[in-house]
Amino acid sequence: MIRKLALAAVAMLMAAATPMMGQAAELKVGFVYVGPIGDFGWTYQHDQGRLAIEKEFGDRIETTFVESVPEGPDAERVIRQLAASGHGLIFTTSFGYMDPTLKIAKMFPDVKFEHATGYKRSDNVSTYSARFYEGRAVIGTIAGMMTKTNKIGYIASVPIPEVVRGINAATLAARKVNPDVTTQVIWVNSWYDPGKEADAAKALMSNGADIIMQHTDSPAGLQAAENAGVFAFGQASDMIQFAPTKQLTAIIDDWAPYYVERTRAVLDGAWASQDSWKGIAAGEVVMAPYTNMPDDVKAAAEKVAADVASGAVHPFTGPIKDRDGTERIAADAVADDGMMLGMDWFVEGVEGDLPK
Amino acid sequence: MENFFFQMIIAATPLLLAAIGELVTERSGVLNLGVEGMMLMGAVSAFAVANSTGSSTLGIVAGAGAGLLMALIFCVIALSLLANQAATGLALTIFGIGASGLIGQGFVGVALEPLAKLSVPFLSDATMLGRILLGHDVMVYLALALAAGVAWFLYSTRGGLALRAVGDNHDSGHALGYNVIGIRYLATMFGGACAGLGGAYLSLAYTPMWAENMTAGRGWIALALVVFATWRPWRVVAGAYLFAAVTQLQFYGQDWGLPVASQFLAMAPYVATILALVIISRDVNLTKANAPACIGRPFRAER
Repeated sequence: MIRKLALAAVAMLMAAATPMMGQAAELKVGFVYVGPIGDFGWTYQHDQGRLAIEKEFGDRIETTFVESVPEGPDAERVIRQLAASGHGLIFTTSFGYMDPTLKIAKMFPDVKFEHATGYKRSDNVSTYSARFYEGRAVIGTIAGMMTKTNKIGYIASVPIPEVVRGINAATLAARKVNPDVTTQVIWVNSWYDPGKEADAAKALMSNGADIIMQHTDSPAGLQAAENAGVFAFGQASDMIQFAPTKQLTAIIDDWAPYYVERTRAVLDGAWASQDSWKGIAAGEVVMAPYTNMPDDVKAAAEKVAADVASGAVHPFTGPIKDRDGTERIAADAVADDGMMLGMDWFVEGVEGDLPK
Repeated sequence: MENFFFQMIIAATPLLLAAIGELVTERSGVLNLGVEGMMLMGAVSAFAVANSTGSSTLGIVAGAGAGLLMALIFCVIALSLLANQAATGLALTIFGIGASGLIGQGFVGVALEPLAKLSVPFLSDATMLGRILLGHDVMVYLALALAAGVAWFLYSTRGGLALRAVGDNHDSGHALGYNVIGIRYLATMFGGACAGLGGAYLSLAYTPMWAENMTAGRGWIALALVVFATWRPWRVVAGAYLFAAVTQLQFYGQDWGLPVASQFLAMAPYVATILALVIISRDVNLTKANAPACIGRPFRAER
């Protein structure tokens, strides 16, 4: 009797704990974030994408997100939980969620999965990323024209092809307009540590860099540059409020067009597994307003952005030599996606360690 | 080089503030592992108040106050209700991470003017040493003054003796008529206020912004520094500066082109800490003489 009562109590508690649903939405969309939404960088932008689909589809969908999910066993648990609780479309937004996503996708063949920045796919797992290096070519052009010391400082996070590709794209573009430019790289070995990002910016500036670029998540490097009176670029979001007089532009990750497109595909029953890697042309890579620069630099930046978008110019057009002098891309050839996805060498003009 | 040392002093300050507070806490026999959480609450409160009132002084006070309140929660649970101190401290850290993120929601993406740098006429700019040592903001000197004050208090005052006595043997302290729980409350709350100051330094001066989890593990480093320093105040100062120097070497070393892998440089501060610990622990007496014998043990007055 007592046991039955206890069971009943537990059942009631569980019923109370389940949120009451009003009208059932057609589709529940789940998001798994690697960082806090408040990072004002990578995860913040993914959440902007989530808000965009809520705005687009209104009551037809319902979204859920789980933030700060470590890459590893926890991720698997969170993804399974989302799949088991009726989510029809799940975005897993960090590279390290690759294997957990595939594993859970196998168990839930009816659920559609979208994994960011990965390369493994299956019938119900798509991958997507954005061609951020196109934006790097734009900021490289600006940096090459704006620098007086011919020294660009680059705050790099971790040595993966994505980051190396960005360093190369920016350096190539800068040297195209100013062959004397060199790029000094400092690895922070972390995506997110505001204190260290600022430290790296200060170290670069103390050694003569007068333009700071960053491939880390917080606005700390940009802010340190503003306070030292040095030009810099924002990363992931428009960070102009952190450097009102020194931000030249920012490379904005805009996931909204992709998220809207894929959500619509599921609602229409037209979703199929694919690999998406789009850039400026598709509106996934957006340049923040060009500020704090002369008109000719702005015009040059706009031209590069337009040419890259139209395909007239590819940021990796040969001849390109790596910094050891080996030719990597022949004259007039362009790098194919496979080469760019595996890039593990620096172009001429990049200084600093390249960890293997 | 000049910038390297200047930056080292800045990087050491949040560690020093948090560690010197934790040293006092641990010397009274309390192990509070909630430093990271207290720092985060200090950081977000300092930023929120400085941002809304425009006064960095009020921000600093708010940071210390938030850390102190967090420590008070710890005291009630671990000292009055006798919960396990290690578990309570860990819970405090997790609570601090979550609560600071919640409070800070409205402050993400907001910038703040950095804390004003002091300057001494002539001396600040004339020599290299002047440029490195002078011309920092007020909290850099406040941290050093706190360390000096703690050293003086612990070893030259009656109150300091009572605090150490309670930490070494709470039963004897109790028998002597000291209010063990009262002393531990005060010591722990002082530690919380210092951790809050360390957090405030991050969000007001180091990187004047609020970003979730911006302490990025500095609270844990502060805890390690206390052990590294064998519970002695001036060694905490030395440890904080040493750790900050090796951390800065990670960045300046890459810029100088040191022929060392950057991952090794990133690992170096921790290797240096472990090495120092090994060397210090070789002399058992040195460690034993300063380690509070009752650390982490609950106290309940029997009579």
